[in-house]
Amino acid sequence: MLNIYCPHCGEHRSEEEFHYAGEAHIPRPENPAELSDEAWGDYLFFRRNPRGLHHEQWYHATGCRRFFNVARDTVTYEIHESYPMGARPSVSRDSEEAA
Amino acid sequence: MTQRNRLPERGRVDRSRTLRFQFNGRTYTGHPGDTVASALLANGVRLVGRSFKYGRPRGVIAAGPEEPNAILQVGTDPATTTPNLRATQTELYDGLVCSSTNGWPSTERDLTSVVGKVGGRMMPPGFYYKTFMWPSSLWMTYEKGIRKAAGLGQSPSQPDPAEYDHMNHHVDVLVVGAGPAGLSAARTAARAGARVMIADEQPELGGHLLASRATISGTPAAKWVRRQTDALAREPEVTVLRRTTAVGYHDHNFVVLSERRTDHLGPDAGGVRERLHRVRAGQVVIATGAHERPLVFGNNDRPGVMTASAVGTYINRYGVVPGERLVLMTTNDHAYHTALDWHNAGREVVAVVDTRAEAGGDLPTEARACGIRVLTGHGVIEAAGGRSVTGARVAPLSADGESLAGTTHELPCDVIATSGGWSPVVHLTCHTGDKPVWSEEVLGFVPGETRQARVCAGGVNGTYALEAVIHEGVDAGKRAATAWGFEATEMRDLAVSVAEPSQDPSMKLFLVPHHKPVTRAPKQFVDFQTDVTAAAIEVAVREGYESIEHVKRYTVMGFGTDQGKLGNVNGVALTARARGKTIPETGTTVFRPAYTPVTFGALAGMERGGLLDPARFTPMHLWHVRQGAAFEDVGQWKRPWYYPRHGESMQQAVNRECLAVRQRVGMLDASTLGKIDIQGSDAREFLNRVYTNAWMKLQPGRCRYGLMLKEDGMVFDDGVTACVDDEHFIMTTTTGNAGPVLEWLERWHQTEWPELDVCFTSITDQWATVTVTGPESRNVVAKLCDDIDFSREAFPFMAWREGTVAGALARVFRISFTGELTYEINVPADYGMHLWEAVYAAGEPYGITPYGTETMHVLRAEKGFIIVGQDTDGSVTPEDLGMHWALKREKPFSFLGQRSLDRSDSRRRDREQFVGIRPLNGEAVLPEGAQAVENPSNPVPKRTIGHVTSSYYSAALGHSIALGLIERGHDRQRERLHFMTSDGRLEEAELCSTVFYDPDGARQNV
Ligand SMILES: [Zn+2]
Repeated sequence: MLNIYCPHCGEHRSEEEFHYAGEAHIPRPENPAELSDEAWGDYLFFRRNPRGLHHEQWYHATGCRRFFNVARDTVTYEIHESYPMGARPSVSRDSEEAA
Repeated sequence: MTQRNRLPERGRVDRSRTLRFQFNGRTYTGHPGDTVASALLANGVRLVGRSFKYGRPRGVIAAGPEEPNAILQVGTDPATTTPNLRATQTELYDGLVCSSTNGWPSTERDLTSVVGKVGGRMMPPGFYYKTFMWPSSLWMTYEKGIRKAAGLGQSPSQPDPAEYDHMNHHVDVLVVGAGPAGLSAARTAARAGARVMIADEQPELGGHLLASRATISGTPAAKWVRRQTDALAREPEVTVLRRTTAVGYHDHNFVVLSERRTDHLGPDAGGVRERLHRVRAGQVVIATGAHERPLVFGNNDRPGVMTASAVGTYINRYGVVPGERLVLMTTNDHAYHTALDWHNAGREVVAVVDTRAEAGGDLPTEARACGIRVLTGHGVIEAAGGRSVTGARVAPLSADGESLAGTTHELPCDVIATSGGWSPVVHLTCHTGDKPVWSEEVLGFVPGETRQARVCAGGVNGTYALEAVIHEGVDAGKRAATAWGFEATEMRDLAVSVAEPSQDPSMKLFLVPHHKPVTRAPKQFVDFQTDVTAAAIEVAVREGYESIEHVKRYTVMGFGTDQGKLGNVNGVALTARARGKTIPETGTTVFRPAYTPVTFGALAGMERGGLLDPARFTPMHLWHVRQGAAFEDVGQWKRPWYYPRHGESMQQAVNRECLAVRQRVGMLDASTLGKIDIQGSDAREFLNRVYTNAWMKLQPGRCRYGLMLKEDGMVFDDGVTACVDDEHFIMTTTTGNAGPVLEWLERWHQTEWPELDVCFTSITDQWATVTVTGPESRNVVAKLCDDIDFSREAFPFMAWREGTVAGALARVFRISFTGELTYEINVPADYGMHLWEAVYAAGEPYGITPYGTETMHVLRAEKGFIIVGQDTDGSVTPEDLGMHWALKREKPFSFLGQRSLDRSDSRRRDREQFVGIRPLNGEAVLPEGAQAVENPSNPVPKRTIGHVTSSYYSAALGHSIALGLIERGHDRQRERLHFMTSDGRLEEAELCSTVFYDPDGARQNV
C-alpha cells in the first residue's frame, strides 16, 4: 500500500485515503468542437501507460479533498515527488534521461 | 502414557506441570513450553499424516514454520476449529484436541496408501497443469476426491464467535525476527531514540538461541536473550510482539503482522483471538534467519527423517530426543552440533555420514573424540523402513557428489537427520518484487537489491557465525536509526565475542545419488507437502518446461500451504541440473504474501456483520421502523422500501401506496438525495460547464432539471438544481452518486478551471427532505405553513420558496418525480422527524400514505423518468434516452461530454435507445435484465437486441409496464419483441412511448 505525500496536508498518508485520478498533464482541449474525432478520441481514451516514470493525479478523498500530482515509478512504485496542480514536475522523463 | 523420549532435564519446558491432549483420538501428555510437535515426539509418535498424492506415511521434519508434514486440525468446535496449523508452531495447552488433516480415511490405515501406486499413476507430474487445460467439467469430477484426499482440513462450519481486530501503527523502525540479529538491531535502534517495534512468530524472543548451547562473551545464550528482552522492556518506545508473524511486506514499508493472542490458551480464553497489525515503518530490519535445507535421497520422507537443526532444537529446547539411534548426514560442519547434542543426551549416534571427502574442523574432531563414528565421503542414498525409519543405506560418493563410488551397506537407526546447508528466509524481501540473488559463498539465495527502506541482518544474509550475526544486527539497528534521522550511540554491551569452532567449507549437494537413475530410484522427495520428487522435476524438464515458474506449475512444487519453504532451493538446483544450467541462470520462483497462512478472521477483523460497512439512517428512520417498513439498501443508506400493512404482500402494499399517491396524497422520506451547496461568483458558469443544459437565465426562486455527462458523452448523473441567488445554488444528485458527483465537481474545478470562483460543500446530512405528492398535496402543506403562498400562480411548477413549515425553517421545492402535484420540503436535519410527523398528522384527513422506494420507482416509471444507474449503465447518451430537450449545444463553453455526442460512435444508427415496453400479457412483469430477441424461432445462440432496465406492475394502469434499451428503439414504436424470462419462457411485448401515464403532464400542472 503506497504511502503518499499530500502537498496540501503536508503529510504522508496511506493510499486508502486517496483515489487515483488518472494521468496528469492532459489539458482539456480549448475548442473541442474543432477537433477531429481522432484527436478528441486521443484526448479521451489514450494514455501513456509507461514502464517507469509516470505522472499521475491523485485525490485526497478522505482528507483535504484536494487534487494533486505525483511522479511515480510504475515498476518500483517509488514516488519521486508530489506537487500541486498547475506546478511542473521537477522529475521528468527528459531529466531522467539527462541524468 | 509416558513421554519415553523426554529427557529428565534440559530445555525450556516446565516439567512441574503436565498437560493432557488428544491427537487422532488418543490421549498424550506434555508440558507447558511444548509445541504439539515436541509433545508428540516426546511420546514417541512418529506418524502425523499422510502425503497429499501418494498417501505415504509422514512424520515431523522440522521445528518451525517450514514444517511441511505435521499439519493439524486443532479444536473440535465447529465454530472455532482451525485447519492447517503446523504442529511445530502450535503451543500445547491442557485439553487440546487435534488430528491429522492429511490422511483419508485414517492416518494409520490410509486408503490412498493401499492404492498408492494407482494414485501416483492417476496423478503423474503435470496432473494439475493438464487437468486445468482440459474442459473444466472434468476437473469437477476429480476435485471431490482430491480435496478429500489432499488433507486441506475442515473449515469451520459455524460463525466464529471470537473477536478479531486490526491495529494501525507508525513506527520508526520495525524489526522482523527476534533472534540474535533482531534483538541487537532493536536494542541499538531503540537506544538511538527510535520508536521500535519488534515482532517474532515464537512465544519467546530469542530465535534459534532458545535451542543453542553457545555462550556469548561468557554468558549462556538463553541468559543473554533474557538480558536483551529485559533491556527492551525498559525502553519506553519499544513494542514487543510475540506470537506475531510478519506475513506480508508491501510497498513503502507497509508490513502486515498477524498476532495470535489466545490460541495458546485454549478455546475458552476469550478476548481478541487474533490481531492484524498494519505497520507503516520508516525503516524495516529483516532478521528472519535461515531454514535448514534437508538433503534429498531415496525414501527421504520416512517418518524419522528430519533436519539436523530440528533434532537439535527438540533436544535442547524441549528436552526431547526423537529416537534411540541417530544417523546424521551432512554437507557441513554445523550439523555436527546435533550429533553432539544427541550423544550428550545419552543416546546412540550410529554414525555421522559426511558427504565431504574430509572433515577436519573443530566439531568433527570433537565428535570423533566422543567416540562418534564419522564416515566421510559417504552419503545416505536411501532410508529403510515403512512407517518409521529402520536404517540408513549408506554408500561412498564420488568427490563431486554426482555418483556413487562403491557398494552400499545399511546402518540400523530410527532417526536420520540431514543438513544440506541453510536457506536464508528471504521471503519477505521478495514480496515487493525484489529478486533474491544466488550466492555461491552462502550456497543459498540472499536478499537482492531493493527500493524499500530496509536493512537485512544475520542469517537472512547468509551470515551464520553468532558473533558476526550480533554485530550485523547492531549495525542494522544503527543504519536504520540514522537513516531515519536518529543519532546512534555505541552499544558497549553488544560488542560481544563468541568463540567459533573452526570450520571446513561446506559441500554443494542437492541430491544424493542412487545406484538407479532418478526416475527409477526410490522416491526422492523435494517438496514433501505436494509430493514432488526429483524424478518429477526431471520429467518436467524433459517435457520441455524450462522456466522455473513453469516447472513449478507443472510439478506443483511450492504450491502447498508451506510455500515449499524446505524444498524450493533443492527444486531450483535440480531444475538447473536437469537443464544443464547454473542456479543463477535458472533463478527462483516468486514468494508472495502470506509468509504463513492467515485466517480469514484476522483479515476481516472487526469489519464483519454490522461493521462491514457503515449504515446511514435518515432522521426519520425510527418512525419507519415503528411502522414496520421493509428496508432497502441504497448505497450505505437504509431506505424504507414499502410499508406493509397487516397481511399484505409486497405487491399489495406497493399497489396500495401507488394508488394513494395517484388518487389522494403520499409522503416519501427523500432525505438521502445528494445535496451540494455551490457558491461563488462563477457558480453559474460552472453549472453551465458541467450540465448539458443552460443555466444563465435561471432566476432566484426557480429550479431546473440537469443532466450531467462524463467527458465521453455518457450520462453520469441527473438532478434538480435550485438558484438561491446569482452566486448561490443548491444541487441535488442521485442518492448513490452524492460522493462521486462532489469529487467530479472538485476535479474539474481543481484540475482544469481553478480560475473559476466557486466552492462546493456537501449538505446531504444537514437537510431532511419530505416529499408530499398527489392531488391533495397542496392542501396538506398549506395546513403547515403560513408564510408561503402555495397557489398555482404564486408558486408554479419548477419553483422553490423559503418559509416556515411546521415551525421549522424550510426550503420547499415544487418539482415532481411522480407526475403528480408535488412539494419537496427540506428542513434542517434535526427537524426531520418533527416535520415528518407534522406532515403525517396534517395529511391524515386526506388519507396520506407513506410510501417507499419501490412505489417511488413504479410512479416514476409510469412517467418514463430515468433512474441513473438502473436505466443507464455508463454507455448511454442523452440522445439514446430521447432527452434531446436537455441538451443546449449553443452554450459558449463546450459542456462536459458535448463533443463526444458527435463522435461517430455516438451517431451510430444502431445504438440501443430508451423505450417503453408493454407486455401483451398485462399480468406478466418482465424480469429486469431480460434480453430482447426479434424472432424467437431463430437458432441458438439468438442475437439479442437489448434488454429490460426497469419493470413493474402498474396499479394505476392495471397492467405491467417496463422500460428498456433496445437497438434502434426510437424507430420501433409498436413493434413486438420477445423477452426471455427467468424460467426460460419468452414473453411477447410491444414497444411504446416511455410515458405510460398522463402523457401531457396535466396532473402536475394544477
Ligand atoms: Zn490532503
